[in-house]
Amino acid sequence: MRYFLGIYGDETRWAQLSPEETEVEMNGYEAFDKEVKAAGAYVAGEALHPTSAATTIRLRDDDALTTDGPFAETKEQLGGFYTVDCKDLDEAAKWAAKIPGARTGSVEVRPVVEFE
Amino acid sequence: MTEAVTRGEGEETGEASPLPPSESFVPEPQARASMERIFREEAGRVTATLIGMLGDFDLAEECVQDAFVVALQRWPSHGVPDNPGAWLTTAARRMAIDRLRRAGALESKKELLMPLGRFESGDGSDDATSIPDDRLKLMLTCCHPALAVEAQVALTLRTLGGLTTREIAGAFLVPEPTLAQRLVRAKKKIKDAGIPFRVPEDSVLPERLKAVLSILYLIFNEGYVATGGDELVRKELCAEAIRLGKMLALLMPDEPEALGLLALMLLQDSRRNARLDPGGELVLLEDQDRSAWDGAEIEEGLGLVERCRRRGRPGAYQIQAAIAAEHAGSPSGDATDWARIAALYDELLARHPSAVIELNRAVAVAMAEGPERGLQLVEVIAASGSLKGYHLLYATRADLLRRMGRRAEAGAAYREALGLSTNKAERRFMEKRLNEVATH
Repeated sequence: MRYFLGIYGDETRWAQLSPEETEVEMNGYEAFDKEVKAAGAYVAGEALHPTSAATTIRLRDDDALTTDGPFAETKEQLGGFYTVDCKDLDEAAKWAAKIPGARTGSVEVRPVVEFE
Repeated sequence: MTEAVTRGEGEETGEASPLPPSESFVPEPQARASMERIFREEAGRVTATLIGMLGDFDLAEECVQDAFVVALQRWPSHGVPDNPGAWLTTAARRMAIDRLRRAGALESKKELLMPLGRFESGDGSDDATSIPDDRLKLMLTCCHPALAVEAQVALTLRTLGGLTTREIAGAFLVPEPTLAQRLVRAKKKIKDAGIPFRVPEDSVLPERLKAVLSILYLIFNEGYVATGGDELVRKELCAEAIRLGKMLALLMPDEPEALGLLALMLLQDSRRNARLDPGGELVLLEDQDRSAWDGAEIEEGLGLVERCRRRGRPGAYQIQAAIAAEHAGSPSGDATDWARIAALYDELLARHPSAVIELNRAVAVAMAEGPERGLQLVEVIAASGSLKGYHLLYATRADLLRRMGRRAEAGAAYREALGLSTNKAERRFMEKRLNEVATH
């Protein structure tokens, strides 16, 4: 099964990190990246710009409503994601726990719908 | 064993009834009751095996139900087989093959279904040992932390306990359709989220086992602390939790906490007939008629506590069981070794800091060293504010003040406790005490 691992955290925290702290965090992600790819579980993964760069589109009565900002103002924002290919939820949860963002924020594990 | 096989695998029968009408047979009520007991005993194991083979909760449950129907029809005339579990498993597997064939889905499951062929071939004798025991896997799946706690409880009772949806709904005081919906959602989540049906690797097993233990204890407590509902159903819930606890202790013989939980449940349950007086009023431990305690359960519980002690790997359930054992092994409240109980609470606190445990420790200290010392500890807990609004904090304070003869303060504390408690038996008990301190 493929699982989407959504990495949520307080994005203001990122902005406040010192260069040294940023490097520690980045090293953590590089290590995770390497490990998940070496294990053959990696499918995709991206880091996202903060929600200040987000635009939300809603189509209402065929009119595209474009608004500034994320779909919802929340304390934790989606900051990036991985998609991994795993045997089951336990395996996906194990990868999720290894993502550095799980220490400071949370990682949501969602199975990907497989269209036949 | 071959008698389970009423239809050859090659036969194509589209009918729903598993037997021709001439063979159907309505058993005597007594025989039926005894068969239903067997079904209840075997349901968990048969269901677990079928889920293991099919990877599908719903299909497995349907096939197990089908197998029960066939058994109800055949056993009265053919006799109960020597190994009813193996018989039912084979019958359920036959049903699975039929259902899959009819759905045109047999090929995809063939590999999973075939391994069971081993034990029913050859001389036709049953060999239960060759059927995989998947109950531990099923327990771990039902108690997976990705499921809501109430769903874990319902699923465990339904699949492992073999309780009907109606029985579970009755025990938890929820409408039957609500509970049915809860089970449907839980099974859908297992499927959609890919919750595995296997024993997890060692690194996460302790955590997952803890979840299983807590669900079993939750089921037990739901039955033990009667917050309402049918008394009989509640007792059933305790018995069921103990049965599942025995199952787990058997499946994980090297896990002392599983033994500890079982011991704890047995020792608590041993007091069930003495906890309420004939009028349904709560009787305090120290005032209970100890001859009404269940001697067999106490003996079993004490034996388990001793086994745990020898293992030397204590944990929270084992320590709580050791505390219960001190009570169970004591001839009276006065003869109880309260200092030892207080020491056990210290041990428990060192592992699990908790204000509720501190409160229990204060009660033990009060019994060992007098109410003044106990009250000091209670005031420290009260000052910390962590149990604010917890009725037993005020009830404990009230009881200690009462014993010290400070009646007015005791009365005030009883009133506070009464304002917070919702349990009827507890309320009646405190009202009685309040009257005592007010009128003396």
